[in-house]
Amino acid sequence: MTVLRHGYGGQDSAQDIAAKIASGETTALATCEAHLERIKVLEPTLSAFNTVTAERALARARALDARQQAGLPRGPLHGVPVAIKDNMCTTGIPTTASSRILRGYVPPYTATVVERLEAAGAVMIGKTNLDEFAMGSSTENSALGPTRNPWDVTRTPGGSSGGSAAAVAGRMVPLALGSDTGGSIRQPAALCGIVGLKPTYGRVSRYGLMAFASSLDQIGPFTHTVADAALALQVIGGHDGHDATSSSEAMPDLLAALTGDVQGLRIGIPRAFLGDGVDAPVLAAFHDAMQALAARGATLVDIELPHAGYGIPVYYLIATAEASSNLARYDSVRYGHRTKIEKDDTLLTMYERSRDEGFGAEVKRRIMLGTYVLSAGYYDAYYLKAQQVRTLLRRDFEQVFASVDVVATPTTPTPAFKLGEKTSDPIQMYLNDIFTVSANLTGLPAISVPCGFSAERLPIGFQLTGRLFDEGTLLRAADAYQRDTAFHLEVPN
Amino acid sequence: MKATWSRCDRIDRIVSTLTQSDVKRIAELARLELTTDELDLFTRQLGGILAYVEQINTLDTTGVPPTSHVLNRPVDREDALQPSLSREDLLANAPDAAREAGLFKVPRVIG
Repeated sequence: MTVLRHGYGGQDSAQDIAAKIASGETTALATCEAHLERIKVLEPTLSAFNTVTAERALARARALDARQQAGLPRGPLHGVPVAIKDNMCTTGIPTTASSRILRGYVPPYTATVVERLEAAGAVMIGKTNLDEFAMGSSTENSALGPTRNPWDVTRTPGGSSGGSAAAVAGRMVPLALGSDTGGSIRQPAALCGIVGLKPTYGRVSRYGLMAFASSLDQIGPFTHTVADAALALQVIGGHDGHDATSSSEAMPDLLAALTGDVQGLRIGIPRAFLGDGVDAPVLAAFHDAMQALAARGATLVDIELPHAGYGIPVYYLIATAEASSNLARYDSVRYGHRTKIEKDDTLLTMYERSRDEGFGAEVKRRIMLGTYVLSAGYYDAYYLKAQQVRTLLRRDFEQVFASVDVVATPTTPTPAFKLGEKTSDPIQMYLNDIFTVSANLTGLPAISVPCGFSAERLPIGFQLTGRLFDEGTLLRAADAYQRDTAFHLEVPN
Repeated sequence: MKATWSRCDRIDRIVSTLTQSDVKRIAELARLELTTDELDLFTRQLGGILAYVEQINTLDTTGVPPTSHVLNRPVDREDALQPSLSREDLLANAPDAAREAGLFKVPRVIG
């Protein structure tokens, strides 16, 4: 795939790009044009974007250059091209959640995260593909067709934020936003060889994010470097009056936290949880990563998370219950697809047929499961029980964090799988999230960092999970690892 | 412990009797008009998923409080008027609307 090397060289981080524009080495416009050119070349192969907002981006880049020439203040992301997962609302730009039910939907307001990125000088270059309503682990559940993995275009980029992950991995943008409900940032980050950060629940405003499972959803960045992820969180994080779940916890200086010092940092490894079903190359790369951190002075500690193995069933009961409620709003009255109305059709027929036509199979499956577990007679046995086990899992982590500072696991049990390989078996697809769902159920921050390659040159990632609102420690450890390794600098060939 | 086991027994029974008419009833609750093929597929797949998630019933959760939200805290704000989106903006995406009257249109509800 020499095509991936065409055009923009793509080794620059968001920070590098901002610095080069600040110093006058390049301009926001030239940067924007180079990235658009690369998108033009790669997009027919990768299908990472639902919408490319080229005209708008070029106009904005020109305006940013004019600002700089006039000597006006620059934001930390001045001129940096970014991509946004297509489940975050953008005024005047179609936002579809990759669903037929939202085809042609143009939001009248903009998500807080997008407003904050733009206020920091970022140039939004497009909206990226996802599994419909963020439900999936491969981006194959998109009504617009699958996105392909830049490392091997016969494989999935993971999901649900597969478009954002492929866009960053393919060097189409240095920074993209995703949303993570059960691993939808970290799993595609691992499968695409980039950094993916799910902040603490409540750290980043979800205003303007199309809700999937409200007690689990969180927005976060995809980048190549941990430093860029820290910068992105610094920009998008912090309290927002528009989101009642947004926390007013103070945001520390995350870039200042990246000292490279992990001396005495205690890393917990749940060995019993890493046994079955994890590919040997993934385990080997994970253990190498732990040794690299130990060589920098971190201490590896064996821990136990007795309830982590129950994460997937608990997750699928809670996430589907919340989804069935959240997706009730797609009623074809105020927005979204409406079925063709015949003469004798009732309001009920309109709801039922519009929803059947508008939603894809996985979304319907989850709405059905969620409706069932919330229905009279089954609520206690499934939903309440899952919420109780969620408490047990939270206690596991509370206990562990009394003696360690971060918890480490592989991000996924395997590298990227083939397109179509798991689409017929929902449970096999769900099992891909075994290491990632815990952070959503507990609300803890977690990051995936590239740590190696399989024999087929498919990327592998490891995951660190930290204490609530302690992204600083998480990012410090991940950044220290990147100072000693170069996996994040590898380019797909 | 006794309560936990009786709960397990109940779920075994539920799973083994998840029929197409159950799935049809769920679809009605969820306001989804499923095709016959979808009914077949979902009856099989939902049965499989329910059998899989049943493993949580091996855990004793007697006296364990449920977690509905990890940052449980009340969120209050002043009950004050704030700017909101215009009626025109809100009607712009409606599949059918009487825009000049400022109304969404749906099929006749009351005969």
